[in-house]
Amino acid sequence: MAIKVLHHGLATTVQDLGRPGYFHLGIPVGGAMDRFAMRAANLLVGNDEGAAGLEAVFIGPKLEFTEDALVAVTGADMPAKVDGVAQPGWTAFKVKAGQTLTFDFLKSGARILIAVSGGIDVPEALGSRSTYPIGALGGHKGRPLAAGDELPVGKASLSGEGRTVPEALRRKPGLPAALRVVPGLYWHRLTEASQENFFADEWKVANEADRMGYRFKGGRKLDFVARDQPFGAGSDPSNIVDSCYPYGSIQVPGGTEPIILHRDAVSGGGYFMVGTIISADMDLIGQLQPHTPTRFVKVTMEEALAARKARQASLAQLREALA
Amino acid sequence: MSKIEIRSPLPGTFYRASSPDVPPFKADGDAVSSGDAIGLIEVMKTFQEVPAGVAGRNITFLVDNEEPVMAGQVIAEVEA
Repeated sequence: MAIKVLHHGLATTVQDLGRPGYFHLGIPVGGAMDRFAMRAANLLVGNDEGAAGLEAVFIGPKLEFTEDALVAVTGADMPAKVDGVAQPGWTAFKVKAGQTLTFDFLKSGARILIAVSGGIDVPEALGSRSTYPIGALGGHKGRPLAAGDELPVGKASLSGEGRTVPEALRRKPGLPAALRVVPGLYWHRLTEASQENFFADEWKVANEADRMGYRFKGGRKLDFVARDQPFGAGSDPSNIVDSCYPYGSIQVPGGTEPIILHRDAVSGGGYFMVGTIISADMDLIGQLQPHTPTRFVKVTMEEALAARKARQASLAQLREALA
Repeated sequence: MSKIEIRSPLPGTFYRASSPDVPPFKADGDAVSSGDAIGLIEVMKTFQEVPAGVAGRNITFLVDNEEPVMAGQVIAEVEA
């Protein structure tokens, strides 16, 4: 069984749930930008949650199937079509040998996750099939898909057609999108006015938004508390002595445009960080289009942990609904 | 005579020309064929050409140069 790539879309990559354990060596955790949607797509077609699928951003690929398969498309609202016939999102549907899967225009969200029964069977690299393109690691030849590629698919049973994720479990960002933040180690570097402005202002997703980082524009410039820069920090007040960058951390080079580090981000550097997006909201970022109005919402560690529990409860409901 | 819409395939910033110092791909009133580029969309640090996708006469742009667009937004219309 194989899938022939007739058109790659914009940037379509093989992704699973990532390769944790190597970030300290500079190799990012990677994996689907919307992990919940990835898990849901896999469960819909009878795969393990961690099987590899495809992540496509803004434009869907055009794929020809050489054998029958069960397919599910989750995440963004971008209608799938089999030989031109529309298929429901968040629902398992059949694709027969010789048929072609295409996608309509994106309606909302940013990224679709495509799961195929049996999973995309590329070799594992450091325990994951996720593609890390700038490291040329994992996925299909370490790069985004291109027309002419053939993707191997694992063996699977094809039962479960029509299985669907309940509407209430299909999570989407609001408008404006709200991203919860726990202020971080460098919070004291900002003036009190800038600490307030950061959360009061409405920001917009910039065009520079990808798997490595999401940039935001439109809020007021952040001012820093005056200090003599310590040895090892650069001269700009937004510079620090090099530090680890947590997944989800928000750096603001020059105090102007916040950048949230996402799944393919670098692991360290010399920019101060306002704080960190809570783990419960990281999936939402993967569904933000450029220009989406966004607010940062200040929360405590206790609230962040409660939100994480709430997400775990949603995941348990998903597993129950698709069991 | 009917109008055919040309939609943006993706969200980003729309540009009428390939760089600021060259003429636009198409001027208002031009005829287009299906494979013609009518502009560029900048997103994720890349520029993607927007193909007309249809053939027609007398193109009218509904989006200005450097204006943000959403996926599926009508960028231009042509007469069939």
